[in-house]
Amino acid sequence: MPNEITSPIIEKSWDIIVIGGGNSGVCAAITAAERGCSVLVIDSAPRDMRGGNTRHTRNLRVMHDEPTDVMTGRYSFEEYWEDLMRVTKGVTNEHLAEITLKSSQTLMNWLGERGVRFQAALSGTLNLSHTNAFFLGGGRAMLNALCRHAETIGITFIYDAEVTDIELENGFCEAIDVEWQGQVLQLNCKQLITAAGGFEADLDWLAEGWGDAAKNFLVRGTPYNKGKVLRVLLDRGAQPVGALDQCHAVAIDARAPKYDGGIASRVDAVPFAIVLNKNAERFYDEGEDFWPKRYAIWGRLVAGQPDQIAYAIIDSDGVKRFMPSVFTAITDNSIEGLANQLGLNPKLAKKTVDVFNAACPDGPINQMSLDGKATNGLTPEKTNWSAPISKPPFYGYPLRPGITFTYMGVAVNDRAQVLMQGGKPAANLFAAGEIMAGNILGQGYLGGVGMTIGGVFGRIAGAEAARVLNR
Amino acid sequence: MSLTDNIETDGFDLKALLDPEAAGEVIRVMQICNACRYCEGFCAVFPAMTRRRQFDEGDVSYLANLCHNCGACYHACQYAPPHEFGVNVPQALAAARNDSYAAYAWPAPLAGLFRRNGLFVTLGVSAGLALTVGLMLAMIAPQLFWGIHLGEGAFYRIMPHTMMAAVPLAISAFVLVSFIMGWRRYWNHTGAKWGGFPDLVDAVKASATLRHLGGDTSSRIFSGPGCPTGDDGSSNARRIYHQLTMYGFLLCFAATSVGTIYHYGFGREAPYGYFELPVVLGTVGGIILCIGTAGLFVEKRRLHTAVRHNEGLGMDYAFIVSLFFVSFTGLLLLVVRETSFMGVTLAIHLGVVYGFFLILPFSKFVHGLYRFAALIASAGEARRS
Repeated sequence: MPNEITSPIIEKSWDIIVIGGGNSGVCAAITAAERGCSVLVIDSAPRDMRGGNTRHTRNLRVMHDEPTDVMTGRYSFEEYWEDLMRVTKGVTNEHLAEITLKSSQTLMNWLGERGVRFQAALSGTLNLSHTNAFFLGGGRAMLNALCRHAETIGITFIYDAEVTDIELENGFCEAIDVEWQGQVLQLNCKQLITAAGGFEADLDWLAEGWGDAAKNFLVRGTPYNKGKVLRVLLDRGAQPVGALDQCHAVAIDARAPKYDGGIASRVDAVPFAIVLNKNAERFYDEGEDFWPKRYAIWGRLVAGQPDQIAYAIIDSDGVKRFMPSVFTAITDNSIEGLANQLGLNPKLAKKTVDVFNAACPDGPINQMSLDGKATNGLTPEKTNWSAPISKPPFYGYPLRPGITFTYMGVAVNDRAQVLMQGGKPAANLFAAGEIMAGNILGQGYLGGVGMTIGGVFGRIAGAEAARVLNR
Repeated sequence: MSLTDNIETDGFDLKALLDPEAAGEVIRVMQICNACRYCEGFCAVFPAMTRRRQFDEGDVSYLANLCHNCGACYHACQYAPPHEFGVNVPQALAAARNDSYAAYAWPAPLAGLFRRNGLFVTLGVSAGLALTVGLMLAMIAPQLFWGIHLGEGAFYRIMPHTMMAAVPLAISAFVLVSFIMGWRRYWNHTGAKWGGFPDLVDAVKASATLRHLGGDTSSRIFSGPGCPTGDDGSSNARRIYHQLTMYGFLLCFAATSVGTIYHYGFGREAPYGYFELPVVLGTVGGIILCIGTAGLFVEKRRLHTAVRHNEGLGMDYAFIVSLFFVSFTGLLLLVVRETSFMGVTLAIHLGVVYGFFLILPFSKFVHGLYRFAALIASAGEARRS
C-alpha cells in the first residue's frame, strides 16, 4: 500500500526516470532538469553509499589545448586517441570514442559550474597531471556537489530502491517496477535513462566469463553493482556489447575486503619486486613499464595463475620506493622464513630469488626512468629496475585480482539510445556510464576515461531524452 | 577478526603522553588514508601525512593539532562508516588533539583540569568574578562603590591602579611561563624542527586567513567552499566567526596595551574619550568579539554530529562563553561608566577578565598555541620536501 513516503513518488507522472545515482546518472538528470523536465533518480544503495563506483573515483581524463589551473601542458585529441587505441587495441566504436574524447573538453567546466571543485594533482596520482583533472577530495566529494546541485534544481532522489523490472515492448518502455520501502511499486515515466553500472559485484555472472577463477576475485568496486538492470535490459532484447570477461582488474592486496576496498587496497610494489605464483615461480616481466601503465594488467595476470594468488617479494631497499599500502607487509629476515609465512615452498622460493639475483645487472637502478636494468638470461625477463633482493628484512604482499568494473553492457548509438537486437534504437530508453562503457572500452584501461564516458554520455542521454519531449 | 586487524597500530614509539586508544585510532586511520590520499587538497594534514610512512605518537599529536576539524575529509571519504574501514579522520584527530592539551599542560599536575574542562573553566571564571566583586564590596565604602565618578582616573577611585595592574601582571607571568613550557613540550614531543623565518611567515599567513578551514588549501581567503554542513552543503560561517573572535581578541589586547602606554608613557589615566585610540580599539574589538563568539557558539551546535567531538564540547562551549562575557562586560562598562553602575560593572568585568586569564593555560585557548606551532612545522616540512 502506498504511504505518505511512497505516494508522492508513485502518483507523479515523471518526465524522466534515471536508474543509478552515480556520475553518469546525475549528469543525465541535471541536463534533463535544466531543460525543464521533472526527474526522479533511483539509487539501489543507501544514501551513505550512494553513487555506485563514483565514490571510488578520483579524476576525469580531459582533452585540453592549453594548460588549465589544474592540468599541465596540452592533451590533444590525437594524443588522447592514440592512448585509447593503444589500450583497447582498436576494440572500440570509433564514432562513439571520437564523441567522448571531443566532448571531454567541455565536461570539466560544465561540472565546475555545477559546484564540482578540482585541484592540482599532487602526490600519489600516477603522474597524470597533463591528462587528468582531479576532483578536490575525490569522487565522493564530486558526487556530493553534483547531488547538492541536482536537489536545488528540483531533482528527486530515492535511495535503497532496487529496480526489478522494466516493461519494454518493441523498444518502448512503459513503466518500471521498483522495490522500495518494503513494497514493489510501479512507476511510469515518459523517458527512461539507465545508468545503473556494471555487474562486477555479481560473482556468479563474472564466473560466466571467467569460470571458477571468479570465486577468488575481490571486488574493489561498490557491492551494489550487481548488474540487475543490465540483466533486465538484455533479457528484454537489448543488444549486448563487449566480452563477458573484460573488466578493469588490478592486482590488489589479498587481505583487502571482498567488496568495496577501493583505491587503498592497491599494492604498488610490483615494479621493484619479483612476483611469484603459488608454485614460487615468476610468471611475468614485473618491470615492463612504469606502474601507472601496467597497473591495470596485473589483475588479469594474477587471475591467470593457479588459485588466482600471487606474492610480491621485495627487500628493505625496494620497499621504500613506492607508496605505503593499507596492509602491513609480511616481514621476515630470510627469504625462506618469508616464504613459510606466505605459504610458499621455502626451497623453491629461495631458488627463484637466487636465480633472479644472479641475473641482475650491476649498479643502482633509477626508478624515475625506464632504466633498462634488465635481467640477463632469465625467463621471464625483468626488463627494468632489476635489483637483487638481498637486503633483509624481506617483505611480502599477497596479491589477488581486484575487479573495479565490468565492460560488457548494452550497445548504444550517438544519441545514447539503447540499441535493440537487430540494431534498431529503442524509442525512449537511454543508457550512460558503466552500463554502456563497453561500446568504447572493448578492453584495456586508460585512467579516468570511465568517468569521462559517464559524464559525456550522461549529458547526451539527458539532453536527448529532454529533446524527445520537446524540451 | 575485523578486516583492518592487519593494519598495524602497535609498535609505535609510545611516549605514553596520549591515550593509547586515541593515538592508535589515528595511526590506524592514517595508514588507510596514506594509501588513498584523495583528500590531499583539503588542508595541511594530508600533505603532512604523505611525508610519513609510519606514525609515532609525536606524529599523531602533530597531525591532530594541524587539523582544524572542518569535516571536509569525512564527507568526502569513501571509507567513512558504514564502510567497514570506518574512517573518521576529524573524530580521531579531535580525540587525540584534546588529549594532547592535557599532555603538554604545565604545571603537569594540573593537566587533569582538561578532563572536565567545561566545569573547570566555568568554576574558574566564576571564582575570579566572585572573589573580585566580593573583595571590592568588602573593601570599598558603599557610597564610593555606588557613586558616580567622572574624568581622568575615575576607575582608580574604585580600585587603585597599582592593584588593578599588579593582579594581571602576576597572572600574565604565570600564563606566559605556562605557555612557554607547553610549547616546549609540544615541540619536543612532535619532533618539530625550526626551519627559519619563512616558516613563521607562512604560519602567520595561514593563521591570519585561517587558510585550512576553507576546505581547499589553494583557495583565496573566502573563495573556498568552507566547512561542510553535512554532505549536502558547506559554509564559511565558522571561518568568519573564528576570525572575528581572533581579531576581536587581538584588538582588545591592543586596546589594553595602548592604554598602558598612555598611562605610563604619557601619564594619562583611563577612562579615555570615546574617540581615543584605546576606546576605539576596545569598542570595535569588543563588538566583533561578541559577534564572533556568539556565531561560533551557534556554529558549534550546528556542526555535523559525525564530525563533532562530543567529549570536547564542554571545553569549547566554556571557552566561547567566557570569552563572550569578557568582551560583553567590557562593552557594558563603556556604556555605564558615567553612571552609578560603573563600580559594580567594573568589578564584574575585572573579575571575568582575571578569571579568564588565570585559567587560560587550561582552556581551549591553548589550541591556538599548538596549532600555530604545527603550522610552523608544516610550512617547514613543505619547504624542505
